[in-house]
Amino acid sequence: MEHVLQIIGIEQYIYLSILLFCIGVFGILYRRNAIVMFMSIEIMLNAANLLLVAFSNYHEDANGQVFVFFTMAVAAAEVAIGLAILVSIYRNIGSIDIDKLKNLKG
Amino acid sequence: MIEILFYILSALTLGSAFMTIISKNPIHSAIWLVVSFFSIAGHYALFNSQFLAMVHIIVYSGAIMILMLFTIMLMNLNISDEISKPFFTKLIAVVCFGLVGLVLIASLAQSAPVIDAYAATGKDYQSIEVLGKILLNEFAVPFEMAAVLLLMAMIGAVLISKKDKTIA
Repeated sequence: MEHVLQIIGIEQYIYLSILLFCIGVFGILYRRNAIVMFMSIEIMLNAANLLLVAFSNYHEDANGQVFVFFTMAVAAAEVAIGLAILVSIYRNIGSIDIDKLKNLKG
Repeated sequence: MIEILFYILSALTLGSAFMTIISKNPIHSAIWLVVSFFSIAGHYALFNSQFLAMVHIIVYSGAIMILMLFTIMLMNLNISDEISKPFFTKLIAVVCFGLVGLVLIASLAQSAPVIDAYAATGKDYQSIEVLGKILLNEFAVPFEMAAVLLLMAMIGAVLISKKDKTIA
């Protein structure tokens, strides 16, 4: 069976990851709901993961996939802590609109 | 065949990621994000990376999305009462989106001739057996560190979200 990189080529995967990452950046700038911003961060992490897997296949090296495995573990930990922080912000302020969190702005 | 599958999956990934950001209701955002994650798992399956495809579905579509959906329900955010940002900020966001994409794609287009064509050697490098051996030999210490990290995340999440009676 032919490998997918022989048919499609690594460039297409790089373009896909770039576009996915840009959509994540756009989400961070566009929305003010903190949970949707979290989702945008997940999209950016996934774009990086996709590129790591693509290059791991390109070089036929398993280390890239092990890196993706660790990235997933860190992403799971990050989401757990981040959502806990959001819940406690919601308890104190009554909303998770990030434009209302400007107590540090002198 | 594979080419068509790749383009369908890519369109699904990008479209659902975009819908995640555009949807007004956070629940709809979460559901579009699940679609996006499943299509990325499809990309991994297309690469024949079975282990990562399974772990991606279990961790992202399973654990992380359930956590997000529960938080959204817990905060009663399923009614979309979000005030959107002013028009000028949105315009700046679109401009930044375009510029970041332009810079990244332009830098790739300049470096395109460096990339060689892919040559398969038929070596086994991504089956669960090979990955497990690498994970527990070369990466044994980071693997244990990941376990400690997850334990700390669990303790931290419980401590942060616990109701503090002394202050509030």
